[in-house]
Amino acid sequence: MKKKTIGKEYLFTAIILFVVLAVTMVLDSQLPGYHIVIKVIKKASVYSLVAVSMNLLNGFTGLFSLGQAGFMLLGAYSYAVLCIPVAKRAGVYQYFDGGIVKFSLPEIFAGFLGDKVGSAVGMILALLVGGLIAAFFAYLIGLPVLRLKSDYLAIATLGFAEIMRTIIQWNAIGPLTNASNLLKGYPDFGSATAYLLLIGVFIACVVLLVNSTYGRAFKAIRDDEVAAEAMGINLAHHKRLAFVISSFFAGVGGGMLAMYMGAVQAMSFRSSMTYEILLLVVIGGIGSITGSVLTSFLYIAALEWLLRGLDTGKFLGITAPGLFKNGFRMAVISVIIMVVVLFFRKGIMGDKELPDLLRRHTKKGGGEK
Amino acid sequence: MQGILPYLISGISVGGQYALIAIGYTLVYGILRLINFAHGDVFMVAGLIMVYTTASMPMYISIPLVLIFTVILGFAIERVAYKPLRTAPRMSLMISAIGVSYLIQNLAFYLTGGLPQPVKTSIPWISDTITLFGTSTKRVTVVTPVLTIALVFALVALIKKTKIGMGMRAAAKDFETAQLMGVKINSVISMTFVIGSFLAAVGAMLYFTNYPTVAITSGGMPGLKAFVAAVFGGIGSIPGAVVGAFLIGLCEEIIKGLGQSTFSDAFTFALLIIVLCVKPTGLFGEKVTDKV
Amino acid sequence: MKKILALVLALVMALGLVACGSKDTTGDSSDPGDAADGEKVVRIGVFEPLTGDNGAGGKQEVLGMQYANYVQPTVDINGETYQVELEIVDNRTSAENGPSAAAELINKDVSIVLGSYGSGVSMSGGTVFAEAGVPAIGVTCTNPQVTSDCDVYFRICFLDPFQGTVLANYAYKELGVETAYLLGMLGSDYDQGLIYYFTQAFEALGGTVVAENFPEGNANFVSYINNAKSAGAGVIFCPVSINYAQLIVEAAAAQGFEGAILGSDTLDSNMVVEAAKGTDTELYVTTFYQEGGAPEFDKGIKEWINANPDALTNNGGNDMIAAVTAMGYDAYFTALEAIKAAGSTEPADILAALPNVTYSGISGEIAFDDIGDAKRDAAYIKTANTETGEWDFVTVQGVD
Repeated sequence: MKKKTIGKEYLFTAIILFVVLAVTMVLDSQLPGYHIVIKVIKKASVYSLVAVSMNLLNGFTGLFSLGQAGFMLLGAYSYAVLCIPVAKRAGVYQYFDGGIVKFSLPEIFAGFLGDKVGSAVGMILALLVGGLIAAFFAYLIGLPVLRLKSDYLAIATLGFAEIMRTIIQWNAIGPLTNASNLLKGYPDFGSATAYLLLIGVFIACVVLLVNSTYGRAFKAIRDDEVAAEAMGINLAHHKRLAFVISSFFAGVGGGMLAMYMGAVQAMSFRSSMTYEILLLVVIGGIGSITGSVLTSFLYIAALEWLLRGLDTGKFLGITAPGLFKNGFRMAVISVIIMVVVLFFRKGIMGDKELPDLLRRHTKKGGGEK
Repeated sequence: MQGILPYLISGISVGGQYALIAIGYTLVYGILRLINFAHGDVFMVAGLIMVYTTASMPMYISIPLVLIFTVILGFAIERVAYKPLRTAPRMSLMISAIGVSYLIQNLAFYLTGGLPQPVKTSIPWISDTITLFGTSTKRVTVVTPVLTIALVFALVALIKKTKIGMGMRAAAKDFETAQLMGVKINSVISMTFVIGSFLAAVGAMLYFTNYPTVAITSGGMPGLKAFVAAVFGGIGSIPGAVVGAFLIGLCEEIIKGLGQSTFSDAFTFALLIIVLCVKPTGLFGEKVTDKV
Repeated sequence: MKKILALVLALVMALGLVACGSKDTTGDSSDPGDAADGEKVVRIGVFEPLTGDNGAGGKQEVLGMQYANYVQPTVDINGETYQVELEIVDNRTSAENGPSAAAELINKDVSIVLGSYGSGVSMSGGTVFAEAGVPAIGVTCTNPQVTSDCDVYFRICFLDPFQGTVLANYAYKELGVETAYLLGMLGSDYDQGLIYYFTQAFEALGGTVVAENFPEGNANFVSYINNAKSAGAGVIFCPVSINYAQLIVEAAAAQGFEGAILGSDTLDSNMVVEAAKGTDTELYVTTFYQEGGAPEFDKGIKEWINANPDALTNNGGNDMIAAVTAMGYDAYFTALEAIKAAGSTEPADILAALPNVTYSGISGEIAFDDIGDAKRDAAYIKTANTETGEWDFVTVQGVD
């Protein structure tokens, strides 16, 4: 249906995406890498990818999983372990004799592809490996768990994420994961453009998947399992597929989050991180990729940057240290979230995507991706 | 070497606290088929209220106040966040629960300034140190399981004998039919939340008597574990939740005693996954046909 | 309707990004030393946890800096008087919030950064400071990795290897203990690092250790204390954050643990000593500063805290001086020395001047070595007076 003609709305979508990219490139060239705007774009990109991966599972397939933080944790650790330069390993693994992994992917590739290209290839490869490891664990845990009904599935995946966190922190596998200690010193893509391009590619993959026969099967399962099965959709197979693919992207997102954070520690990947991402998905609209991305950018920008004043006493020129004190920012944000959850149950976008919007408002448009 | 006894005492005490929270989960799940993610936070708020009231008022006022405020909170959560979604899909309800949990934590964070609040005046008598079979412990360790079991008996009597209890049982069996039969479903559900919050408040007072601070995240772990206990015992069943809670409390402390404390939390969740996969109805759960 | 709303939001957002981006670039190019009213201002960034597990400690550290700023609100650079402003940003204890909090500070044009309480978040923020070329002075982050891998990070406190060794020596030689029970939180690099160094030193002396971890959020330490008892441990070493330390001290008292409890600098808090008050617990901690070491400072800051209700709350409701507060105070003055030595408010100049800065603070002489760590060879050991609920000075312990 959508592919019959390439309508104007797709052209506009492409233009919008291009403008966003161009703006980011300009910002990258104008601002230093430590500027808050760059940090916001980077973090928001990562959150977009993770939110989209969660949306694929919770929104498109109707599987209510709360294991996102666990899969991100796996991706983050894989990336960090594979990418720490060999020279820094003795320092990072200071309590474990330099660890047992004695190579670094970016360095290996830098060896025969040149410094810049090689490192980038190595880093992307490490991200993908992280995704694959997350996907592998998703496959294993999916075998028993995916048979469970909605809320049981949620609580089982939540438990799984907590178990993963404990195992990573276990001293016995410290030589691999550095146990409770930070992993750091691994390379990072300096520019926000690289983040945006990378998540753009991954999110495009999700979009393609959602619009494929698999995607339609996922939606059929979400709408009515019994009917879907009657139509000849293999429930177990498709559910597992959605779970594994979603975990893959969560793993990649975790790797990128590690990249953004500069230092990774299992402690950060609590269940509250999953809740945060779930709420982003809900606000964006369950079943809308555009919504997830848009909300991620709005949320991170508000949280890390625009609303910081709410915590420090001055906001929009109003000075009220008694009211605007520590934590007010989060309180405001969570009230907004609750209002959306209760009264705008479809979120900002419902299940619409950017082209759908442009179809009716072709005269003007704008936005983040 | 005092052997296993201290671990058992500690396990039973922890189990008693989990039991009081687990009942709240199991009651709500039995009727609404909702994992009330906010329940652990209600527990935490009860602890905070205790900190604030006991600091400024005598015990005989502050303890009832804790109970009243917590019950009001539980009631309000249901009215505001769950009632409007009664016809919505179950997923929306669960998301709302997570949202409420997020909101309560952030509000508590704001009000406490993000710092754990020290429990300055703990409840007298139960916080005294006593000696039991050669091990010293606080009196609350012994009081908790006894009080838990007494409350459970009262609750079971309430559910078996009173009209509202009958309504609760009917709603748990079949929500729509109960409604058609003239059960005032809204007041039944409110009652469920009131009872759950009341028990959580009692649990919080016992729990935080033992510990010096109430942190924003204090509710999270006990809440999750109590939920696991409810599932383990068979969700929807009150005796199941209590037995499950005591078993989990005991297992946890024994694992710590065996020197495997790294995995004491992980064990709880592993147990959860195993139970869910092998016997989803839990130890005492009735085989109910799932209303999808 | 909602769609239009969404589009408008998106537009605002995109425009906001562009607008603020360009505005800030122009802001960067202007001289950071100029304030709107023409008065010269130099900004010192405070990178501390005000919330989360380390919130209590972080707030106490900030108190020291605020008091120092109150005592000495100006600095003379090349004969001109500059007003010193503290820019406080909360890094929420956790490493994931480090980069954005650090970026926020850089965004506020700070010349130098102080903090943080807790090493993990210092490390994650350190990469941002390094990128921006802004020097940072670690106040009480004791992990060796904070400075060793980061050119812009300096610190004025001692390090974990030193602290762990001091405590091991003290336990073995002074307390005459041969078996130690070590308890740390799973997932905390601070706890695990100190446990590692303590183990190394203690085993080298000939002692044996039993180490265990508790999961985050654990509130029942009864079983751990019993494990310590059955291991026959003469001492429990628990380098944990303040909340857990209170729990452990209480549990040990309730369980009648007869040995001593040893703690690291985090335990040096009035809240921990409060927990030990009225029990017969033997509690020793290493720390950076002992109240009474600088009477004038003590008197001044007590007056200031008591006159300032917010400060009093942040200090835990009383006017006992935590070591981290004294360290925060010293860090502030060290930063002023560095600014003076640089003769400029430019971060790059301060960074160049910082390695040679010396300052004689209330916690001792401060000078930096090649890595950027303070040259310190002694730690204070103090014990909890369970009757008065205060800290008593025991000894100054070094490493042989």
